[in-house]
Amino acid sequence: MKMRRVAVVGAGMTKFVRRAMETADELTWMASKMALDSCGLNLDDIDCIAHGSAPDSFDGVHMKSEYLSPGSGGWRKPYIRCYVGGGTGVMTPIHGWYHIASGLFDTCLVVCEEKMSSCQPHPQGAFLTIFDHTLERPLGPNLLWIFAMEMNAYMHRYGFSKEDFAQVTVKNRRNAMHHPCALLGGEITVEDVVNSPEMAWPVQRLDVSPISDGAVALVLAADKVAWRITDDPVWIEGVGWNLETTYWMNRDLSYPRQVEFAARMAYEMAGITEPRKQLNIAEPYDPFNYKELHHLEGLLLADKGKAPAFIASGEADIDGNLPVCPSGGLLGVGNPIAAAGLMKVAELFWQLRGEAGARQVPGNPKRGVAQAWGDLMQVATVITMGV
Amino acid sequence: MTEHITEYPGTPLKERDFTEGKVLYNWWVPKADYAWDAGVAIGKFLAGLKEGKILGITCPQCGRILVPPRMVCSDCFVPTDHWVEVRHTGTVRMFSITYVTWDMQRLEKPLIPAVIELDGITPGMGFMHLLDEVDRDDVHIGLRVEAVWRPAEERTAAITDILYFRPLKEETS
Repeated sequence: MKMRRVAVVGAGMTKFVRRAMETADELTWMASKMALDSCGLNLDDIDCIAHGSAPDSFDGVHMKSEYLSPGSGGWRKPYIRCYVGGGTGVMTPIHGWYHIASGLFDTCLVVCEEKMSSCQPHPQGAFLTIFDHTLERPLGPNLLWIFAMEMNAYMHRYGFSKEDFAQVTVKNRRNAMHHPCALLGGEITVEDVVNSPEMAWPVQRLDVSPISDGAVALVLAADKVAWRITDDPVWIEGVGWNLETTYWMNRDLSYPRQVEFAARMAYEMAGITEPRKQLNIAEPYDPFNYKELHHLEGLLLADKGKAPAFIASGEADIDGNLPVCPSGGLLGVGNPIAAAGLMKVAELFWQLRGEAGARQVPGNPKRGVAQAWGDLMQVATVITMGV
Repeated sequence: MTEHITEYPGTPLKERDFTEGKVLYNWWVPKADYAWDAGVAIGKFLAGLKEGKILGITCPQCGRILVPPRMVCSDCFVPTDHWVEVRHTGTVRMFSITYVTWDMQRLEKPLIPAVIELDGITPGMGFMHLLDEVDRDDVHIGLRVEAVWRPAEERTAAITDILYFRPLKEETS
């Protein structure tokens, strides 16, 4: 298959906050404008728009991305919205990638926005419709149930302790101290995490990332166009995505098979045969601390059941062999659903350009992987990037 | 985030900005009513529950007994074809002990959702229900449980015709 090379040439990001004064549309525009400014382009230079945002029910607005299109510059341009639950933030740049790789367009503005705070009394209400209306909703579920069960299955399979998971929260919040847009950067201890209030055992308060508002945008460009815009393009080298069955109760949740399938697709495209050696940075999806570990295994960056030992070894720290979530992840920077996934792709862009400031991974990293995940333990989306 | 693009960072709000009337907002309570058809497979499953039976269905290709039943095997993409009645006892495969509601209200008595694999079905084919009559310290993966039914005259052909599952006092078979 003949495909054009696609580069990321610019990125912008708002602060992730618990509740923003700005509307969803205003946040979308802010991130889009910053991304365009970062590479000296304006909207006239953009051929098409790929917009990502999670459920309409957060905003209470039907077809909300069309509603948000003033902020994303989507008027009178080829425009598409992507929504695959939590996987949206990495699927939307994949949309942007194939718009350009196909040869149809030369430039694409990719923007992901989430304003969760509008949904009252708690945005979890927007997630209740994820459960089967006839067999599951009459039992009074909440979203934490499925995470609690998956966490429990993973713990039980390998005999992990809550301390094994807590170290991920500690690492990511520490990394987030150096991210200027982070909501929860800071030093906490494993004890703080394991003593935090119980929500849905084994899930405790500090195992979970915070609800947030925020937006992130990227500018993508085709090979020759990218070199005209910047001397430092970051190439999207591999993309992959995969979906598991909606019958989550019928699956072995101790291993995210769909993440492995998506990763293998992306690695093959990128020519990555030994991911642990060839990747210098990983940004696995971490809405809960155990999920970073789970996804490291699915991304083939740790053996099954060995991800906690890998984190404990220090190899995943900023100065380790394979820094994991140098951004601070969702646990530290925040989790405005679609924007959080794209934040991971933006982090690879900044890290691989050497522009990550105080959290810069040393040693001129050359390649990284970002991954997101969503719905009823179903969706996996993966991007690898390199310079 | 790089240093030269911080012009539009956003404006964080606090709870008191709302209570003190510092920001404007409006409020809407949606009305959204639905009547969902149970469908072919789940319809028959629910009718079975009303009669005190738990029904599964077999995939002719992979041979799995699927509970809850479905018209199409999601692995093989072929129609399922043979109904079977399954037992009311089983094993806990996953669980949570939940102290919060979806809107983060604390629960006095925790809800204990669990994925239960009924005896006689294909291993791994669990379905979700609640546990009760059990101490939280006694709940574990591998716990043997049995269904507790709503009295026959009160059943409505709903998943809640099974009230919950409780630890099996003694193995009878």
